[in-house]
Amino acid sequence: MLEISKLVKRYGHDKPVLQDLDLVVEGSSVVSIVGASGAGKSTMLRCINRLVEPTSGSIRLNGNELVKLRGAALRRARRKIGMVFQGFNLIDRLTVMENVLAGRLGYVSLYQAISRRYPKQDIERAFTLMERVGIAHYANKRADELSGGERQRVGVVRALMQEPEILLADEPTASLDPRTSEQIMKLLQSLASELSLPVLINIHNVAQAKTYTERIVGLRHGNMIFDGSPADFTKDALDAIYGGIEAPDDEITEPPGANPKQGEQGVAHDQT
Amino acid sequence: MVDQTDVLADRIWQRYDRKERLIRYAVLLVTVMLVYWAVRDIDIFWPWVWDAPNQIQNLGARMWPPDPRRLEQIIGAMIETVHIATLATMLTIFIALPVSYIAAQNTTPNRACLWLGRFILVSSRSVNTIIWALLFVAIFGPGVLAGILAIMFRSIGFIGKLMGEAIEEIDRRPVEAMEATGASKLKVIAYAVVPQVMPAFFAIVILRWDINIRESTVLGLVGAGGIGVLLQGSIDTFAWPTVATILIAIVILVLIGETITSILRRKVI
Amino acid sequence: MPRTWRKPSFIANPFLRYGLWLVVLAYLFWAFGSLPFNWERIAEGLPRAARIFGSGFPPSFERGGLLLTGFKESFQIAILATLLGVALSIPFAVMAARNIAPLPVYLFGRAVIIISRSFHPVIVAILFVAAVGFGPLAGVLTLTLYSIGFVGKLLAEEIEEIDWGQVEAMKATGAGYFSILIYAVFPQILPRQVGLSMYQLDSNLRASAVVGIVGAGGIGGTLMNAFGRYDYDFAFAILLIIIAVILVSEGISGWVRKKIW
Repeated sequence: MLEISKLVKRYGHDKPVLQDLDLVVEGSSVVSIVGASGAGKSTMLRCINRLVEPTSGSIRLNGNELVKLRGAALRRARRKIGMVFQGFNLIDRLTVMENVLAGRLGYVSLYQAISRRYPKQDIERAFTLMERVGIAHYANKRADELSGGERQRVGVVRALMQEPEILLADEPTASLDPRTSEQIMKLLQSLASELSLPVLINIHNVAQAKTYTERIVGLRHGNMIFDGSPADFTKDALDAIYGGIEAPDDEITEPPGANPKQGEQGVAHDQT
Repeated sequence: MVDQTDVLADRIWQRYDRKERLIRYAVLLVTVMLVYWAVRDIDIFWPWVWDAPNQIQNLGARMWPPDPRRLEQIIGAMIETVHIATLATMLTIFIALPVSYIAAQNTTPNRACLWLGRFILVSSRSVNTIIWALLFVAIFGPGVLAGILAIMFRSIGFIGKLMGEAIEEIDRRPVEAMEATGASKLKVIAYAVVPQVMPAFFAIVILRWDINIRESTVLGLVGAGGIGVLLQGSIDTFAWPTVATILIAIVILVLIGETITSILRRKVI
Repeated sequence: MPRTWRKPSFIANPFLRYGLWLVVLAYLFWAFGSLPFNWERIAEGLPRAARIFGSGFPPSFERGGLLLTGFKESFQIAILATLLGVALSIPFAVMAARNIAPLPVYLFGRAVIIISRSFHPVIVAILFVAAVGFGPLAGVLTLTLYSIGFVGKLLAEEIEEIDWGQVEAMKATGAGYFSILIYAVFPQILPRQVGLSMYQLDSNLRASAVVGIVGAGGIGGTLMNAFGRYDYDFAFAILLIIIAVILVSEGISGWVRKKIW
């Protein structure tokens, strides 16, 4: 169970990106977070695994407070939180298998990591998961030789390798074409039920959010202004979330992968 | 060259407005004055200058034909030269990599380390190999150790600076992903940084090895081992035909080095 | 059935892979074994280093006059050599550009450039010192040759990549060889040439500090003398100034090149 309460994040002295956010995710539900660019979706997700330092508030995962953790304790908490990224964030020059095994970095020793001598059960798990998503035959291919959809599958498997207690997905489909992004959403949905894993998905595409998730949270200017089932997500809710900012169909405006702004954003997140 | 600028500036004067033209003339004037000062003030005995072509021809004549009698010794010294360059390049890697790591803005642990790293790089780069050799010969005496250290100390700055830049240019996103898995700092480096800078690393080391071959040919002139010792000795004893052989050997060595370098570069990258 | 996975090796053939390691190891043994290390002398190194640095600090700027003369001469050598070298590099670059030079001329031009690039300036300097005697003249000649090699090579590559259409246009007007050079080739390479000259001035200044070590004038000679006479405090003063001058010159040269491009 993930409990976020009174979460505040501000960069420098600007207006807070997140204002007193409260959110509880129970059991193995798939929750989508919708909102315009800059609404604070990505910041909220990154506060959970502390890629972004929250300014104040509390985030508890299965009763563990995450906000105050440091060093090794933080790393131990992070390995229980899987994350899937918009730009896949794979290591291009390594093989698919190495990318997948990288999900175990929080568990194995430095020697095992560098020599690539992972425990047998890790490798077994890697093959099983890769077969599940249909990329096992690529195990020794370099990650940059794969197509977008295949790369995102590697990203998902890497996150699952962590044996996570929760899965965070930051715009997992924004860099993919419509058909592939449907596939990835389906995959996330079925994995959530198979592994009884709560999944939080940041998403631009409201139609996909309604189809593949059982709960929608709407953010605007760092405030939660909608929380309900897809059936309750009406035209009014859509207008409230996106109204006057930009059209909700901007899910196609983000070009895939190599968007340089994305990299900068990552840097900004991490320095704070 | 200066004339050329002048001619060109005249010919296409419409392209520049008044201010730009003024700047151009000012630059030209300063250049001419600097050159005038240098020519008038430099400590050159001018009759020698007019005689220089003769003297050079003379020296060339004394070198011809090259004398291959000490070829065996020369080849031995050449191999020593290559050893100095190769060993020094290999050893440099172990020092240059940590330095580049702390001198890169995105990986440095803290500001103090950043400035320490930059200080090491700048001081290494600003002192020429042969001056480093002078210093190490004074410390460790004449010999190959001084040569290896001299090449190393100069190469640290070169490899370290370029590697630091390569580290600063990496894609941040895999780093973020590795941090998200709960990996420690060293594991993040091993998985997200190292693979990304690998190609640059090989290219830089190969390039520096090529440069080091050239640099190590002169170490001997200050007593730091290699072919230079033999060259200095032959010049001191006016054995000009031997000098010619050594010079030919150096050209061949450098060409071989360049060939190996370009083959390696194509193979590795 | 548990599956195994090993990272596929960079070199797939195990014989080649281990063979390569063996070769590297054998090389290291050979290299370290064959190099003449004088361990007794090296063992004295640390106390000596302590003595050198002890007497070297603080650096002494007492003989400022000597320092100034040395640097002045280095500057003059660098300026004159850059001017001559950059001017002469143009004909050599034309000769060494395959697209505008006839084959025999091309081979000659390439040979000059390759030879002047193969020799470290210090070796060239020692030869010029032998030919024309000690002093800045040898330094100017050395760095001129050095500049021809470096600028000539890059310029020749630049000429080989020029837009050929402009040359054809000039040919169509019935222009002669030299008019084509001046009107169709030089304008295309000029911006590069200005940038290169600034770069070359900077690297000549660096090199002028070392050619003096073999007697070709400039601050290098002063430094060599200071080392020879165990005047380490003066030597360190010279070193500090050399570093400062190089940093300033690098900064200026970088700034100018950024302005031009």
